[in-house]
Amino acid sequence: MESVIKTAFPFALFTVGVLIAFQMVLMIVAYTVLAERKVLGWIQGRIGPNRVGPWGVLQPFADLLKFIFKEDLVPDKSTKFVYFLAPLVALTCALMPMVVYPFAPAITTIDWSFLPFGLADGVKQLPLTIAHIDVGVLYVLGITSVGVYGIALAGWSSNNKYSLMGGLRSSAQMISYELAMGASVLGVVMLAGTLDLTGIISAQIRSPFRWYIIPQFIGFVVFLIAAFAETNRVPFDLPEAETELVAGFHTEYSALKFALFFMAEYVNMFTVSVMCTVLFLGGWYVPGLSHVFAPGSIPYALVSHIAFIGKICAFLFFYIWVRGTLPRFRFDQLMNFGWKFLLPVALINVILTIIIVYFLNR
Amino acid sequence: MEPSLASYLGLSGILFTIGAVGVIFKRNAIGMFMCIELMLNAVNLTFVAFSRYYGDVNGQLFVFMVMSVAAAEAAVGLGIIIAFFRNSKSVDVDDASLMRN
Amino acid sequence: MASTVFFFLFAGLAIASAISMVYHRNPLYGAISLVGVFISLSCIYITLAAPFIAAVQVLIYAGAIMVLVVFVIMLLNLDDDKPLDRLRYLYAVGGGLGVILLAQTFFIFYAVMKAPNHAADQSETVGNTLNLGSAMYTRYLLPVEIVGVMLLMAIIGAVILVRRLNQPQLELVVEQEHERRHEA
Repeated sequence: MESVIKTAFPFALFTVGVLIAFQMVLMIVAYTVLAERKVLGWIQGRIGPNRVGPWGVLQPFADLLKFIFKEDLVPDKSTKFVYFLAPLVALTCALMPMVVYPFAPAITTIDWSFLPFGLADGVKQLPLTIAHIDVGVLYVLGITSVGVYGIALAGWSSNNKYSLMGGLRSSAQMISYELAMGASVLGVVMLAGTLDLTGIISAQIRSPFRWYIIPQFIGFVVFLIAAFAETNRVPFDLPEAETELVAGFHTEYSALKFALFFMAEYVNMFTVSVMCTVLFLGGWYVPGLSHVFAPGSIPYALVSHIAFIGKICAFLFFYIWVRGTLPRFRFDQLMNFGWKFLLPVALINVILTIIIVYFLNR
Repeated sequence: MEPSLASYLGLSGILFTIGAVGVIFKRNAIGMFMCIELMLNAVNLTFVAFSRYYGDVNGQLFVFMVMSVAAAEAAVGLGIIIAFFRNSKSVDVDDASLMRN
Repeated sequence: MASTVFFFLFAGLAIASAISMVYHRNPLYGAISLVGVFISLSCIYITLAAPFIAAVQVLIYAGAIMVLVVFVIMLLNLDDDKPLDRLRYLYAVGGGLGVILLAQTFFIFYAVMKAPNHAADQSETVGNTLNLGSAMYTRYLLPVEIVGVMLLMAIIGAVILVRRLNQPQLELVVEQEHERRHEA
């Protein structure tokens, strides 16, 4: 009995952690949808939704109810299995990276001996990351690459030429900009010396620059632009432009399946915002906070976590701001920009970083 | 039964068999290409299993080389398939017998 | 106990996806099944303490090579695979080859189970990125450089193979395929 509890306890912890993180991600995504409508409204000189609840705060739940009750259409000649699979793939691959996010620093001040069965022998800290994967950065990049399938399969299975064109264009754009994104991450990994996200934050704490945006500013700009293209946001949103291609690859999707795609796009936005924060803005690290609270204590973790969420919200606001401001690229301009300008700039950044790191380590 | 080296080698052998049989049974050029990729992956699994068993990193390094070669082969092979499709409007390898007799 | 469960789960998934890939005549279903095989194999690599290879497997095989294959299937609008009608002897050849390879697999399994156990120390991970990177850039520098040149050759070769002198746009190709579909 005791050994069963001992083997099942880590799994139970993981499950609880995943549920809490999932809840947090979904709430942030729901309120990003609302924030987008309100902020876009303010930029365009109008008020966003404000009927449902004060300031419109219950709007996401109203939207969810609307999606559940809409009629679920399935096009006649579509390939049914692939048609149902595509939004599932898109949302699963969007949500999977959340297990490696470093939400807050580890808490070391709690004495765990009150747990029965000797569950807490040798446990010194409560880490606030669900899974410590050694190759965290590669894991996130890999899952984002697999997420391209959701869009390509959606475009194909709808049996509609606008969907197919939208799907293929969007997939081509995403795989082109993945390279620039990976190359811009290389500079940060070289400075940090590890692929582990928690390790990258520790390296930023130890480095004299505190946040890697200062030495890697070119990499930061390249990553941000590639992130816009990866998530199909303006100015790179031709594949789902409402005025050009009806609605691109999700034309034939209605009700709950469309809600899955919609959520997948916003969760992707959240993912790249988190990656940008962790890689370039130091994640949960606020320089100077260790003088106010003791590192490893609960108030330190709490304030760091709030700072982390604040940085992510700043990036999400930036996404919405750019949406309200810039026109969109034409598809050939987009591909030219990705291959002929952004990728060489990212590679030049890598070479410069190599040279500087080599001379600094001499 | 703890998975020992034999289990991983057995799994790799079964995947290789499925791939080999698939290459013979498929008429579609892309289908044959995918079965060849399956065989390459079975071999990668063998390398990684041996690397773990002997504590040697060279096995995983060779897996990396195999993956790079598979990627290059995919690019060139699919290019050939597209060029072939343009001329004959089908990728059926049994019908690709222009040089016969 | 947990490692046994994981191994059988992912091995079962890999074999089921592989059989599904060979069984389906529609190349797109085959491609999706192959992506399932790759992801199951990546999970097996993680249980074999090879995290870097697992991540690279998803990134390159499932995320790049198969996306390329799916693109080609969608662009060329391939029909279902036809049964072997002209070369029926291939069924016998394929069956025979399968039986021989399966027999070899069982023989290897039996022989390795019976062999004396010379396993190395299983508590350290040899597959972490630092080890692989050090080996790649010190002992194996020449193969890595050759792989780089080979990839460059593959890029140039692929671009030249599909180049046409009057290159039609993507939309035109898609439209032609839809016309072909609707008139057939």
